[in-house]
Amino acid sequence: MSDKNPDSKPNNGRKPTLPPGMKPKGAKPPSASKLPPGMKPKGPPTAKPEGPQGPAGGDGASKATRADFSSDQDVRWCPGCGDYAILATVQRLMPELGVPREKVVFVSGIGCSSRFPYYMNTYGMHSIHGRAPTIVTGLKSARPDLDVWMITGDGDSLSIGGNHIIHIMRRNVNVQIIMFNNQIYGLTKGQYSPTSEIGKVTKSTPFGSLDHPFNPIALVLGAEASFAARTMDRDPKHMKEILKRAHDYRGTGFVEVYQNCNIFNDGAFFQFTEKETKSDRAIFFEHKKPLTYAGGTKGLRLNGFSLESIDLENGNFGIDDCLVYDETSRDLAGIMARVYWRPDLPQPFGVFYREDRPSYDDLLHKQVQSVIERSGKGSLEKLLSEGETWEVS
Amino acid sequence: MALKPVETLPEATVLFAGDSGDGMQLTGTQFTLATAYAMNDLATLPDFPAEIRAPVGTTYGVSGFQLHFGSIDIRTPGDEVDLLVAMNPAALKVNVERVRIGGTILVNSNAFEKRNFDLANMNSNPLEDGSLDKYRVIQVELTRLTRETLKDTGLNQKEIDRSKNMFALGLALWLYSRPVEPAQKWVAAKFAKKPDIRDANLELLKKGYHFGETTEQFVTRYEVTPAKLKPGRYRAIMGVQALAMGIVAAANKSGLQVVYGSYPITPASDILHTLSRYKNHGIVTIQAEDEIAAIGTAIGAAFGGSLAITGTSGPGIALKGEAMGLAHIIELPLVIINVQRGGPSTGLPTKTEQSDLLQALYGRNGDAPMPVIAASTPGDCFEVAYEVCRIAVKYMTPVVLLSDGYLANGSEPWLIPNPEDLKPFNVKFADKPNHVVDDEPVFWPYLRDETTMARPWAKPGTAGLEHRVGGLEKHNGSGNVSYDAQNHELMIKIRAEKIQRIQAEIAPIKIFGDPTADLLVVGWGSTKGAIEAGVTRANEAGKKVASIHLRFVNPLPSDLGAVLSQFSQYLVPEMNNGQLVKVLRSEYLLPFEALNKIQGRPFGPSEIAAKISEMVG
Ligand code: SF4
Repeated sequence: MSDKNPDSKPNNGRKPTLPPGMKPKGAKPPSASKLPPGMKPKGPPTAKPEGPQGPAGGDGASKATRADFSSDQDVRWCPGCGDYAILATVQRLMPELGVPREKVVFVSGIGCSSRFPYYMNTYGMHSIHGRAPTIVTGLKSARPDLDVWMITGDGDSLSIGGNHIIHIMRRNVNVQIIMFNNQIYGLTKGQYSPTSEIGKVTKSTPFGSLDHPFNPIALVLGAEASFAARTMDRDPKHMKEILKRAHDYRGTGFVEVYQNCNIFNDGAFFQFTEKETKSDRAIFFEHKKPLTYAGGTKGLRLNGFSLESIDLENGNFGIDDCLVYDETSRDLAGIMARVYWRPDLPQPFGVFYREDRPSYDDLLHKQVQSVIERSGKGSLEKLLSEGETWEVS
Repeated sequence: MALKPVETLPEATVLFAGDSGDGMQLTGTQFTLATAYAMNDLATLPDFPAEIRAPVGTTYGVSGFQLHFGSIDIRTPGDEVDLLVAMNPAALKVNVERVRIGGTILVNSNAFEKRNFDLANMNSNPLEDGSLDKYRVIQVELTRLTRETLKDTGLNQKEIDRSKNMFALGLALWLYSRPVEPAQKWVAAKFAKKPDIRDANLELLKKGYHFGETTEQFVTRYEVTPAKLKPGRYRAIMGVQALAMGIVAAANKSGLQVVYGSYPITPASDILHTLSRYKNHGIVTIQAEDEIAAIGTAIGAAFGGSLAITGTSGPGIALKGEAMGLAHIIELPLVIINVQRGGPSTGLPTKTEQSDLLQALYGRNGDAPMPVIAASTPGDCFEVAYEVCRIAVKYMTPVVLLSDGYLANGSEPWLIPNPEDLKPFNVKFADKPNHVVDDEPVFWPYLRDETTMARPWAKPGTAGLEHRVGGLEKHNGSGNVSYDAQNHELMIKIRAEKIQRIQAEIAPIKIFGDPTADLLVVGWGSTKGAIEAGVTRANEAGKKVASIHLRFVNPLPSDLGAVLSQFSQYLVPEMNNGQLVKVLRSEYLLPFEALNKIQGRPFGPSEIAAKISEMVG
């Protein structure tokens, strides 16, 4: 965060919504920020095996660890930022995926979150504001063999990069997208973002913001997303599960992560993420399972086209009344996505939608292959002299 | 009936003009093909309206195709028109001023009626009001003759009327003694599945051809004898085809996969259309959601180790500016093609202009120089496309290729090159660590080649070379993010010096014309033909003048200063309001005089020659 004024303080006009009895978390960076120096590999493994071989690539001797995926760069997010938890979770997930490090690429746009690739000891690109979807589309078109992750934020992907995020969704490029949603512009020091709630008082909106916010899951579903999920920085276990599912999905795995910006928008999601209120205000739903929350004491049932909360303890309703979620149902995904900052309903976390649809890069290369099969490998000589030619002597 | 006398001409310029729906581009293309068969040298210039289906009969719906051919060296699509074929009053009105005094105007007299005069905003019938007295006017009842010829074919009125261009083509072929067989062959192939249309077109071609022989209106016909072209196998080529084939050649010689990311825009779209058919040559095309995405996909592909290319025109290049800066600072090979058109803003989308030289040179935030290389003829687009790909990879830099609407759509006979004769295109990807830190081998992505100053290109998938690139300033060598003041200045200088070293790729300047002259004409891009033809004319008229033509505008050739010092007067013709002239003035502090034409049309040699006369007296 070196291009951020270290003296900058949260805007006093903003009132973070904290659950009762909650204090903002102290500024303690999680362990991801500092690793023992010996754990940071520089360059290639000393004993390089033959062939395409990475830390996670085969013989047990070179089993990869989280450290293998951590670069030697100092992590420069603000202490206490939710980004640390996401980085740590991704670095922990990497060895489990079994993809050799050299096959992995992280691409980002601009913003706090977009510094992410610098901290991963993989291939990576920190590109320009909002354009990461275009870079990964080109990269996967050229190299479908690579495992590509895109890191973005709410401003990066929904504001300046809005056009690209919708088009990567409909194309279904085979990448994972992690969108860090902190409902604020962090790197430019605290202006409201396209996901900020209406009336937000920030440096650029001293009298409150006027724009209606985006609902990211509904937005990508509207853009024909084939995989859309939501998780949170404060629940690394859930985050890891969801990221793994996005990775396993062959197509664009879009994951929105609620991420606390403790400097400019502290506590934006605390009602969903902190234990005092989490169980009542958040629902973690799963495929083919009934929708229950609050430790199983409450459920959601369908009333017409809307969800409503039911009490499973007062004897009127039982588990059979709860809606059994189906992540392959576009209709249910639409209903679930619309459960958004509702005072009467818990905020949903999980996989909203998954559809089996061929990815863009698969289709692209299939098409190239089929053309080659049909008309043979192109000959330059033939091409140069095609059409009407004549001899001059 | 005795055959009419034949007069031999050294060269001629023919212009077919009519409504967008009159098939003038097709007529022009077929006349061009016949002319190629007649072994003439030639140059063509299609001229179409920006509207796809402009209202019939209006001046803004006029579509034209100009062709200049000769037994001599043909360098431009022609100054003054010898034969104008005008299918309606609007086509006449738009083009009559381009016809040479005494030239021939062939009109479809059936179209010269009140309704069409109104549509073209004409107060009187030009065939009667004396306004065409300076020309030889041939009135042919094209509509009536066509209807009569096809009355028993069973075709409907619309189909019949649409075919009248074939009558006109046949007549024009007869007038200039061109062979009719190539057009017949084309018609037979094109309408193989629609025998009634095929037969109707063939019949009209023949009727048009014979009409010339029988009508009283033509006293003579013309002949243009074969040109002395270099021996070899030829084809007619348009700039856009040559450019696409140059890219295929680059893919072929380098072994790299090409990824072409583009967004539809006139006139650059034709590159996308052409390349998208070349999938079996290892070419991947992506039609992106916008101009920024188009270059973004290319940068992503370049990072993946592909030969990445993006193409656009005018306004599109403005949108790509930020991403071009990214490609510059991360130092990845990338080709950015700009098929220039009339600007600013949307400007004149279908017209040619050397509009974006300054944008190409300077249009980015920060100091972000990149090579700017311009094609000079339709055929030259092949070699230039190959060169820019080679240089982008060799120097690990984005490169701008400047073409323009005239080059893209213009055509000329092209000596088919032998791929063996192309410069070698070697690619070496990094495959091992290149540095040692704390006794450990490491890969530093910004360690440079001593000669070219290029950094290594390491493809993802190469174990041990994992590295990050990005738009933030980076430490020289390791590539890690660095905000160090001295390092930033050093990196700006290094990236500029790398571009400067591309001078090593530039062939020595060739002086055209009279090297003992005082006056030197300096050009770049598509004005080459007009400038050299103008200089030749001036030399033949006893005026001392020479010219040079720049393919590289950045870096400028290392011998340019020395060449300039041999002259004392300088003229810089450009199809813009003076762009190269500014660069040259600031670089060499010499009295460069500008000659500007900003009318959406190329210079004619006579315009260059006239200015030369004015300057040398
Ligand atoms: S998101 Fe907020 S807390 Fe995190 S690095 Fe940015 S400004 Fe700091």
